Amino acid sequence: MKRFSFSNMMLWVGFLFIYLPMLILVIYSFNGSRLVTVWGGWSVKWYVGLLDNRQLIGAVLRSLEIAFYTAISAVILGTLAAFVLTRVTRFKGRTMFGGLVTAPLVMPEVITGLSLLLLFVAMAQILGWPQERGIVTIWIAHTTFCTAYVAVVVSSRLRELDMSIEEAAMDLGAKPLKVFFLITIPMIAPSLAAGAMMSFALSLDDLVLASFVSGPGSTTLPMEVFSAVRLGVKPEINAIASLILLAVSAATFLVWIISRRAEEKRRKAVQQAIEEGAAATWQQDKPEAKAAG
Amino acid sequence: MNISRSISRRMPKGRHFVIGVPFLWLFLFFLLPFIIVMKISFAEADVAIPPYTEIYTWAEGQLSIILNLGNYIFLTEDELYLAAYLGSLKMAFFSTLICLLIGYPMAYAIARAKPEMQTVFLLLIMMPTWTAILIRVYAWMGILSNNGLLNSALMSVGLISEPLQILNTNFAVYIGIVYSYLPFMVLPLYANLVKHDQSLLEAAADLGSSTFNSFWKITVPLSKNGIIAGCMLVFIPAVGEFVIPELLGGPETLMIGKILWQEFFNNRDWPVASALAVVMLALLIVPIILFNRNQAKEMEGRA
Repeated sequence: MKRFSFSNMMLWVGFLFIYLPMLILVIYSFNGSRLVTVWGGWSVKWYVGLLDNRQLIGAVLRSLEIAFYTAISAVILGTLAAFVLTRVTRFKGRTMFGGLVTAPLVMPEVITGLSLLLLFVAMAQILGWPQERGIVTIWIAHTTFCTAYVAVVVSSRLRELDMSIEEAAMDLGAKPLKVFFLITIPMIAPSLAAGAMMSFALSLDDLVLASFVSGPGSTTLPMEVFSAVRLGVKPEINAIASLILLAVSAATFLVWIISRRAEEKRRKAVQQAIEEGAAATWQQDKPEAKAAG
Repeated sequence: MNISRSISRRMPKGRHFVIGVPFLWLFLFFLLPFIIVMKISFAEADVAIPPYTEIYTWAEGQLSIILNLGNYIFLTEDELYLAAYLGSLKMAFFSTLICLLIGYPMAYAIARAKPEMQTVFLLLIMMPTWTAILIRVYAWMGILSNNGLLNSALMSVGLISEPLQILNTNFAVYIGIVYSYLPFMVLPLYANLVKHDQSLLEAAADLGSSTFNSFWKITVPLSKNGIIAGCMLVFIPAVGEFVIPELLGGPETLMIGKILWQEFFNNRDWPVASALAVVMLALLIVPIILFNRNQAKEMEGRA
């Protein structure tokens, strides 16, 4: 194949298209000038200024808290859903279940947000809960759509998995619950970590759902940024945006390292098992060969 | 399915629990809300908390349900809504097409790269999807504005003498949607293309087929499922997109997500916003079912 084909060129053009705007944003966050288009030398004053912004820091902490809870709950629900989709093949309503799991991936956020808010309002009327919308309602909204992402990631891992190990454990009398926690979970651990990181990032990023289901006094970071962005480009927003970019790239990189390590470990373990197995058979064969000879 | 059989045999209660918990959650917080939206779309706006009337009344042992079609009739009477729906569909359609044209060669190049490079490329594609759409769109605001980088660059080169109005136009919205959703096109395409058997292409080449011919007649048809998944992942959310038209679009940009937002937050007309959502969902139900079927096929395909 040609060294420099059309598709390779498109790949690099695509990467340039994806990363250049973000790079420009980060560079301009160090701009000393208040005018966002004029370069006024390097400066970190916008970053320092962020520390004084109490409201912003409150929003950051709130967003982190919600993202933390979301990551935990979405991983639990998403793993259960993935397990059902890949291992429990036949039950009543399976098609509907599959639809319910994957539909949140594509559902426009304005629809999900509006419908969840109306649900909460109706619940407050009938059940008296939730009286106030805030962290809990945002957490519910985020968990619902992050579950779908976790289910997709985990189910693709579960599908690749060698089921014979689980089956062997069950044949030896292990209870399904024990098999799940001692065998299945450790084998899919990297994808659980990836799912958790992903949910954390998605929850931290969400603007539309949070805007619908939040109440007074529970502004999240994206909502704070959005209300500022609406008024135009400002150096302070450049700084906070760059920090978010940095945090997300660090998280992505971490996930990559984790999954790569796990992959390597697995490959080494398999290799070792094969070699040991081969050595064992060889040693077994040898005396037999002698006896035969 | 040995394992599923043994699960059901040994642990009927556990099975119900495993299915029940996610099912209940999704039913309660995903399906049920749509039914409520449907209900409120038939109510009337009211100055109250919550700001709509109840559609059923219970008086003297008589249950009466009043379905108020006024919201839907209102949607057809005001041309704004029709224009917004058409505008959204058009915007989403062309953005999906552009994403496909850029994303397909990218996915193809990644699938053909060396295995250790593939993971790096995938990471580079995936990273932006974890970053807030808000921030990526914001980055473009600084570039596209009248005194932004693009205009200053073009003027300093001498291509234009006056800044071009790019921000707050439909063109900027196209850039924003393609930019934000490109990774969602590339990822499923890659997942599909990487599974292709190279020997088919080699056989075609041995029989004298040109590279383009074999690409068009072998690779493209084989990647049908990837194309469907990618296009749906871009098209469906793009129809309801709010952030991008709000920040990059201008007065000419009519998109339904933005209108719904305004009805809800600015006009506080919940019933009309609900009716808008119901119609949007009706428009999207076919693509969503298509996507779900495709996804189910992928999920079961290798099981």
